[in-house]
Amino acid sequence: MSEYVLEMRGITKTFPGVKALDNVQLKVRPGTVHALMGENGAGKSTLMKCLFGIYRPDGGEILLDGKPVKINSAREAMDSGIAMIHQELHPIRFRSVMENVWLGRFPGHAGVVDHKAMYEKTKELFDDLGLDVDPLALAGEQSAAILQMMEIARAVSINAKIIIMDEPTSSLSDREVDFLFKIINRLRGEGRAMIYISHKMKEILQIADEVSIMRDGQYVGTWPALGLTTEEIIKQMVGREMTNQFPPRTGAPSDEIVLSVRGLSSPLKHSFQDVSFDLRKGEILGIGGLVGAQRTEFVEALFGLRGIESGSVTKDGKHYRARSPRDAKAHGFALLTEERRATGIFGILPILENTVIANQRNYAHLGVLNEHRRTEEASAGCKELNVKTPSLATLIQDLSGGNQQKVLIARWLLTNSDILILDEPTRGIDVGAKYEIYNIMLQQVSQGKSIIMISSEMPELMGMSDRIMVMCEGRVTGFLEKGQYSQEEIMRLATMFAAHQKDQGQEKQPAAD
Amino acid sequence: MAEKHIARSRYDHFFCVAGIAVLVLGALLKMCQTVPALEGVKSALNLRRIYDLPIFLIIIGAVMALRGFLASSKHHEGEVVLSRKTFGAFLTNNAILLAMLVLVVVICVLQPRFMQLRVALDILTQSSTRLIIALGICFTLLIAGTDLSAGRMVGLAAVVSASMMQTATYANRFFPDLPQVAVWMPIVIAIAACMVFGALNGFLVAKYDMHPFIATLAVQVIIYGACSLYFDMPPNNSQPIGGVRPDFAALGQMRIFAVEGFQGISILIPIAVVICAIIWFILNKTVFGKNVYAIGGNREAAVVAGINVFACIMGIFILASCLYGIAGVLEAARTAGATNNYGNGYELDAIAACVVGGVSLNGGIGKVSGIVSGVLIFTVIQYGLQFINVSPMWQQVIKGVIIAVAVAIDLTKYRRK
Repeated sequence: MSEYVLEMRGITKTFPGVKALDNVQLKVRPGTVHALMGENGAGKSTLMKCLFGIYRPDGGEILLDGKPVKINSAREAMDSGIAMIHQELHPIRFRSVMENVWLGRFPGHAGVVDHKAMYEKTKELFDDLGLDVDPLALAGEQSAAILQMMEIARAVSINAKIIIMDEPTSSLSDREVDFLFKIINRLRGEGRAMIYISHKMKEILQIADEVSIMRDGQYVGTWPALGLTTEEIIKQMVGREMTNQFPPRTGAPSDEIVLSVRGLSSPLKHSFQDVSFDLRKGEILGIGGLVGAQRTEFVEALFGLRGIESGSVTKDGKHYRARSPRDAKAHGFALLTEERRATGIFGILPILENTVIANQRNYAHLGVLNEHRRTEEASAGCKELNVKTPSLATLIQDLSGGNQQKVLIARWLLTNSDILILDEPTRGIDVGAKYEIYNIMLQQVSQGKSIIMISSEMPELMGMSDRIMVMCEGRVTGFLEKGQYSQEEIMRLATMFAAHQKDQGQEKQPAAD
Repeated sequence: MAEKHIARSRYDHFFCVAGIAVLVLGALLKMCQTVPALEGVKSALNLRRIYDLPIFLIIIGAVMALRGFLASSKHHEGEVVLSRKTFGAFLTNNAILLAMLVLVVVICVLQPRFMQLRVALDILTQSSTRLIIALGICFTLLIAGTDLSAGRMVGLAAVVSASMMQTATYANRFFPDLPQVAVWMPIVIAIAACMVFGALNGFLVAKYDMHPFIATLAVQVIIYGACSLYFDMPPNNSQPIGGVRPDFAALGQMRIFAVEGFQGISILIPIAVVICAIIWFILNKTVFGKNVYAIGGNREAAVVAGINVFACIMGIFILASCLYGIAGVLEAARTAGATNNYGNGYELDAIAACVVGGVSLNGGIGKVSGIVSGVLIFTVIQYGLQFINVSPMWQQVIKGVIIAVAVAIDLTKYRRK
């Protein structure tokens, strides 16, 4: 028996344009909880997907019990004793809980499912774990917490030696977390190894035996959890060198307040609650936080894409409540969405159409478009932002990510919006294009526009913002003024999880979209 | 809102009693109709006008009583809540069935001849092949796909089987020198031909991730072309195939339990019932069936759970084509002939029946019982409207309205509040 139940050595994985994993290693001992930590995009989930056969690594090797293995599919991973509890739970909603647990491995003979055996095995499994759930209930009607437990039951049922848990507590209340930890302790006692991915320091220090930290797709190190402090972990997670990647900021925001948000809350309990801030003319307000901090949800609500339960927004001294993006546009808002491919570009349309789409109405007379003006303004806009393209007729999907992003910014500049909301404006684009986008941002604020920027990249957040608002689980946990910035401080605010969470597991969660 | 709680056992008892009451009423009426001593009652109540209603009452009563009895013997606990809310839910859940019931009553009042056992059996017979096709297509709908090649496969199976099943003395034989082969052989060949094309459907969808709409559209056109080429072979040269052997035609025309005064039950009905039972078993009791629901409900989850999606999709299209093949053979036998235009457009009728029966085009939702009622609804309406002389054009309009309304009502069930 080898010392480690799992060894991953030199794992490398490249996606087009990004090196997601660079020579990463991970060693897990049997009967331990191994925490895997890192910022958003550090490569934790990618590494786990390589282990579970969803991605195939470009290089490196995986050893189970000291023996090298090749894992090409989820099925093979499960056959080798690896189970994964995915971050986003997607049950098969219209089937029973027990069918979800045994999916892919229904008990029975010759292709005929033995329902009685399945029911009894599920019942036994749930009783064993102390779960009080009817195996015949529809999965779609269960709360997030129960679905989480269902997934764990599933992992136990395949008798996995290694159980990967990706953010297992993100939708659990304190009491449910205690329950989960009880189960984890039991599984640990049975000699199973668990890889535990979480941002919650308190949990990590409470449950983990060892902590491995990743940063920017690279392996930083492994430490025993005993004696490790939150500060130490944060330092290792963010400890990168700052280089001069940002254009100098000239001028300062004026004192004039253009947007004032007071106590804005979502109708969904787990989403943003009680958000308040002022945005000044010519200011870049950065919003920091981890995945799940509900930053995107908040700006989408501001843009009229999501419902608002309570709170008020004042723009230019007038009350404002967007009921639709059309509304928001009319009031001078622009939103550059996070998912460029899904909600930004029209991939198969040329650059011209992509540039003018938000402003089409202004080029129309009685519904007939003025082709000349459209072309003129689009080409002027693209030129101003230095979009590198052979012509306006080029399809936007043929441009690089950075140039696509510039076209999208040009689109919103044409609408003459004075509040630009940029959600991860430089995600997935190269360094040179990033610099250009930073320049455009500075140029816009110097012309008196205001920018709200969500960014998960610490250096960008600190390098570009005039002020940083940090969110955690939908709440604003603090503001940092320029000069007070430090990665450690942002990380501390971003991980200020509420001590007493609402027992949201008790109420029915709205079904996932 | 007035709410009434009734213990489940009482609720079930009510069904028992009501069922028996209906049964007894039916039996009494039947007695009045048949016993010569009660001739006076019969003419006083004009009981000739109600035709076979007593028999229907007896059947309905028996089913109700049996249902109540089975339910009460199963569970005794719990309560049934009767309120405006549960009543509304009942209405939306059974809207189409109730609408059909209303229509049937209206037709019966307008045209009492509708209340004949013969009519009911006709409706079931006409539904049989449609049901088989719908059951095939439901698999492809369950994975959020579709199958446009169904109708043409029916035609292919009909032409292939009929072409080898002509009497030796028929002048215009498709294969003049073909000996009299055993009946099962052409049937197997016809169904196998369909399954080859079904495998092609499945391969295109599973291997290239092609949308089933496109894949099956392409295959549909190929099948029609191939079938027409076959049909056009000399010496047949696109003549409708006739002179079908009586032993083959019996497959679709035979009647069982025929006695004096009763024309019997078409063999198609028990065939459809058996196939229905098999499909129900596959969908509910086998790993394959569960995987179909899983892939339709959440493909990602199915992949992550290690389900062989490729094999499952292949299986779906091959099984479906097998059912179309069976339907095609039965059509050829029933009509004792075939042309290459058989089955044209059947897929759309089958999809409509599935959808009206509660199968979701988004995949993952659908029950055999729903499909059965979906098919029956269309046949009843078509037959019933013909019966009261509604013009075929109006029938089309009504059919379309039913599809739209049924699906709209069905979707409100799943819409998130």
